[in-house]
Amino acid sequence: MANIKTSEKKSKAQSMGMHTEVLTGRTQQKFFNPDEAENFYYFGTYDVDFNKRTDLDVMNMSAPEANKEIDNLMSQGYGTIVIKNPQGKHSLGVGILNKLNLIFEGSLGYFGMGSCDGPIVRINGRVGWSCAENLMAGKVVIEKNAGSCFGAAIRGGDLICKGSVGARTGIDMKGGTIIIGGDAGAFTGFMMQRGRIIILGDVGINLGDSMYDGTIFVGGEIGSYGSDAVDAELTSSDQDWLRRKLKVAEIGEDFDVSKMKKIVAGKKLWNYDNLEPTEKKGAI
Amino acid sequence: MCGIAGLIHRGKSSNVGSELQGMLQALKHRGEDSTGYALYGDTDGKNFIMRFKVGENVGEGSSSVMEDVSVYDERKKIVDQTLSEMGAKIIKEERTLPYSLRYEVDYETKDLLDFSQRIESIPGVEILSMGKSLEVIKDLGNAKMVCDRYSLDKLVGTHAIGHARMATESGVDIKSAHPFWGYPFSDVSVVHNGQLTNYWNNRRVLENKGMRFMSECDSELIAVYIAQKMREGASLEEGMKDSLSGLDGVFTYFVATKDSLGMAKDTMAAKPLVLYESDDLVAMGSEEIAIRSVLPQEIDTYDPFDGEVKVWQI
Repeated sequence: MANIKTSEKKSKAQSMGMHTEVLTGRTQQKFFNPDEAENFYYFGTYDVDFNKRTDLDVMNMSAPEANKEIDNLMSQGYGTIVIKNPQGKHSLGVGILNKLNLIFEGSLGYFGMGSCDGPIVRINGRVGWSCAENLMAGKVVIEKNAGSCFGAAIRGGDLICKGSVGARTGIDMKGGTIIIGGDAGAFTGFMMQRGRIIILGDVGINLGDSMYDGTIFVGGEIGSYGSDAVDAELTSSDQDWLRRKLKVAEIGEDFDVSKMKKIVAGKKLWNYDNLEPTEKKGAI
Repeated sequence: MCGIAGLIHRGKSSNVGSELQGMLQALKHRGEDSTGYALYGDTDGKNFIMRFKVGENVGEGSSSVMEDVSVYDERKKIVDQTLSEMGAKIIKEERTLPYSLRYEVDYETKDLLDFSQRIESIPGVEILSMGKSLEVIKDLGNAKMVCDRYSLDKLVGTHAIGHARMATESGVDIKSAHPFWGYPFSDVSVVHNGQLTNYWNNRRVLENKGMRFMSECDSELIAVYIAQKMREGASLEEGMKDSLSGLDGVFTYFVATKDSLGMAKDTMAAKPLVLYESDDLVAMGSEEIAIRSVLPQEIDTYDPFDGEVKVWQI
């Protein structure tokens, strides 16, 4: 870990209040320096105009060809792209690190919208496994159902499924919000580390199994709790946040959030390595 | 990995051979060591259709030992003689490949156990399927290769299940390929995607009850397990529900009978399945692109949940 020290010498970033500590040590963290802004290049980003719109029919394209064409259209300034005939193809719309309105007129296969940062996406269909994996920012709305591992390892953004989702939704998520209008499968929130999951319907067995942190809200029945997942008090702040989030998500605006259950980490699994074997059994 | 696909038309027949070929070919990236079809064709229901092999395909990455065609001929002769001794009359005979045969047999019995045991006591001979409607065709290569080799694209029927295999637990050969016949039940077949971890324990128990295993492929256990449950009086659906606790591991599997098609998913939902259901058609596969090959228009599909069992009738 880096050592935190105080120093009289301040960088421009510190003087602007971006951060106060000075880090030294082998793994010293590099902070953004405004003086270097002109040299900063975010690979794969373009200036796009949301009013500049085009259609892209991917019926006879492979996923790499379709993704390359989306990139090409963004480079031409198109800010709204409508994808026709996705036909359940895998890995469509991956790696978009740009502001973009992207609309899919149909369903996606596996790994749709993976590793994205910034786009606003609407999918007028269903999505397969691992939709929006590693999402950093932006909003992805699915009008129908979703497969398993929905929102795996997302870091930020809003991921919304108006239908039901499969197993292991939000597995390993590290931030952001996942909102499910219907039911969710087994192991939802498995090993989640941060972020929030909202499920308006029922959820399967082992909810929040081995969750490290984060919060899960459930409107329906819970199949069973996973290891170290416990109930918590639903505060008025929680309810206000839920109402706002559901409204923005175009989903369940009239839902009675006061009856939702709130599940958090019991944190008995924290410092797991320091426990004696018998204590580990107790924690599990 | 492996991919599975299945479809059932309700209230009508269709070109299920061609449809399943399209579904399995769409899944070929999940494995093309071997591909298998269990097709339920339109027949008059009078005679048994026996698909059997007298040897292995030794090409295309096979782990089998090459044998001379004369060995196959000799085995075929013994099969013909054994059938005659049992009072089974061969009505029609097709030899698609030197090692693969299809017989239509006039045989009056409801118990196929003794029949199958006698045929399979001939070294190198394995019955791939036995039924009044079912035909199991499996061989090495992807779906199109197998379909072309056996001219399956014209086959008309009500339902079908199939498997695109990436060999992981056992060899690249026909005996380890799916679908597996639900020996000794007429018209029962199984395909599976996943791994079973209590294979040997279950196998020992079932072998002690008189059931037979032809391969060391863990998936074969499902066919035998369900067949044993049905022998004990369970319905197909009851047997499948029982398997959720009796089989350990991760699995999604399909079972088909003469007039029904079922699916089961393990309690961890670790293996994928996408399902489309309407009044006249149910289509399902490991990935949506399999369903898209028969239904290109926009449709509503969903993933069955963990521990779910469903059965549809024709």
